[in-house]
Amino acid sequence: MTSTLDSSSSVVSPPPSSFLEVRDLKVAWPTDDGLVKSVDGLSFSVERGKTLGIVGESGSGKSVTSQAILGLQKGTRAQVSGEIWLDGDELVSKTADEMRVYRGNKVAMIFQDPLSSLHPFYRVGEQIVEAYRVHNDVSKDVARKRAIEMLDRVGIPNPDRRVDDYPHQFSGGMRQRAMIAMALVNDPQLLIADEPTTALDVTVQAQILDLMRDLQKEFHSAIILITHDLGVVAEIADDVVVMYGGRCVEAGAVRDVFYNPQMPYTWGLLGSMPRLDRDRKGRLDPIPGNPPSLINLPKGCVFAPRCVQKHRVPGDACATVRPDLLEADPGHSVRCHIPADERRRIWAEEIKPVL
Amino acid sequence: MTVAPSTEPSGAPTLRDDALLQVRDLKKHFPITQGILFQKQVGAVQAVDGVTFDVAERETLGLVGESGCGKSTAGRTITKLIEPTSGSIVFDGKEISGYSRSQMQALRNDIQIIFQDPYSSLNPRHPIGTIVGAPFRITDSSLTDKEIKSKVQSLLERVGLNPEHYNRYPHEFSGGQRQRIGVARAVALRPKLIVCDEPVSALDVSIQAQVVNLLEDLQEEFGIAYIFVAHDLSVVRHISDRVAVMYLGKIMELADRDTLYSKPLHPYTHALLSAVPIPDPDNQNRRERILLTGDLPSPINPPSGCVFHTRCFKAQERCKLEVPAFREVAPGHAIACHFPEERKPFDPNAEGRVIRSTMSAEEQDQQLPVDAHPDLVQQAHQDDRSQFR
Repeated sequence: MTSTLDSSSSVVSPPPSSFLEVRDLKVAWPTDDGLVKSVDGLSFSVERGKTLGIVGESGSGKSVTSQAILGLQKGTRAQVSGEIWLDGDELVSKTADEMRVYRGNKVAMIFQDPLSSLHPFYRVGEQIVEAYRVHNDVSKDVARKRAIEMLDRVGIPNPDRRVDDYPHQFSGGMRQRAMIAMALVNDPQLLIADEPTTALDVTVQAQILDLMRDLQKEFHSAIILITHDLGVVAEIADDVVVMYGGRCVEAGAVRDVFYNPQMPYTWGLLGSMPRLDRDRKGRLDPIPGNPPSLINLPKGCVFAPRCVQKHRVPGDACATVRPDLLEADPGHSVRCHIPADERRRIWAEEIKPVL
Repeated sequence: MTVAPSTEPSGAPTLRDDALLQVRDLKKHFPITQGILFQKQVGAVQAVDGVTFDVAERETLGLVGESGCGKSTAGRTITKLIEPTSGSIVFDGKEISGYSRSQMQALRNDIQIIFQDPYSSLNPRHPIGTIVGAPFRITDSSLTDKEIKSKVQSLLERVGLNPEHYNRYPHEFSGGQRQRIGVARAVALRPKLIVCDEPVSALDVSIQAQVVNLLEDLQEEFGIAYIFVAHDLSVVRHISDRVAVMYLGKIMELADRDTLYSKPLHPYTHALLSAVPIPDPDNQNRRERILLTGDLPSPINPPSGCVFHTRCFKAQERCKLEVPAFREVAPGHAIACHFPEERKPFDPNAEGRVIRSTMSAEEQDQQLPVDAHPDLVQQAHQDDRSQFR
């Protein structure tokens, strides 16, 4: 394990009051071409019973963040630093063995592709039983009853028979339900869902999102939902973190971020997607250019090379000075050099009317 | 045009004899065989089961539906990458469904395709100059290398790539750039029709918009007709003039864009539209939501009557027995449903009403994954039981 702690965290900071709090998380991978900074100074917190949505394009570091919370990079070449506090325990400093106690028990994860995340060789029930027996000292029969109960809870028809099926006998939606059953079998307090509906059809996606909402009410767990789909976030999240180039560029309550976004990247995302609930517009407004390479990140604001608003900042601050994530309104932080008043005006007068 | 009083399931509305492409009752059934030496057919995946539509010049027809509904197979059958089982495809006045490979060769100038995956649709061992230049080299042997190079470079510039990158290989480009290469290759010979098979599904949203705009610009410039196959309803609405909604190999509803998205009549279209998450947290919770039960049934053994009746929230006895005719209910608006009803999508006054389709556990259980054949699954089950017990 090459978990390096930076100087600031060598002073032991007090455990936070939030259920999960991530402070200044950094994940970097040494490669032949240089250091790939997948996540670079990310902080957020989640309370129980709440859902945090992490949105970003491919390569923005959203999945790496979730892997860091589960400690999946331990034992690899990844350099992880920062603090992850879960219910009073710090996870970054834990060893790989210590993390096993948390993984699947207190923290569980649902992956994107339910077919490749289920083992094709074992029956669905056996896989759920295994997940349960790792953390609970019970007999196989008890665990099997529990597996059937969970399959029933997530809406698999005839669970007592289906428990003996193999993953290939399940359809895509049922596989994802089985994955959710497996994740929830130990009553986790934190559930990380990494693109849980991306591989599913839209009608099945609606079923799964509905199920996740119901289950959250029942189990009162915290959910981190990672997705690239702003619609899914709007539907299910309470708070949103928008990531770009390994950093959080905007964070706030879901209504703040959707109704009063203040970062040019968020404006760009909203402008690029065709909207079904609005009149059709003539042309889409894509964000020009391509996402940055995580090895050679731009010196100033990571979004500056693609930003169409950077002429509003005098001088070349956007290209040379890295902006801080500052609170623009209570609970709504933005990383941008444009002054907050100016941003509010641009959104209200120039961006919002043409969305 | 009047309401077609057709009772046949393949009744053909909105026919325009002057259309560039006319597809009539097109079917593609993939046979399932058993045995090694003496293969016998034991069933068929009814991927496309009688679709009828037209595409006019310079028009975009959207084919939308969930995975396994046959939209990609329909697109590929039209380009004759897959041989149709039956039905007719008339392109530019010529019946091409029976054309041989060599006869099709001449038509490749006019019909092209853009594939979904920009990673696997470009040969990794060829520089992009060779990939984009191939159409010229194949169709006109009199062109010199220099002429081809200048044509390719102007094409690359046209699709937004640096012409200097002529000698680079596909792995040196990002996903969005690769899709631009695929677009350049498809438009090289100025075709009349391009089948776009999920061209932006693999791309990030900001890049997606770039490619959609490029496709629209090229259509305007070169006068191309598109068949735009996609599962993303909002992208399809943005780019299409008319839209066909497919389910289990059949067209459920076909209408011009504005009618389909503002006044849809088919319950499946209603369900699809209500399931699309919209980036508007307040309206999200206020609009009407239709939750369908279960998954797509197997196209090997599709339901009787209306193929959608097993998941439909309005299904009645008649739907199980009688196949609804694909009929025109208003000029240019055709549906296949016994009980059509106008329902306003995204109505913010719906107070978050939830409509659920009802399906018994037994019915749901009979549904198999799209890729599993009942006999084979049973076989596999028995095999591994004997092996492991």
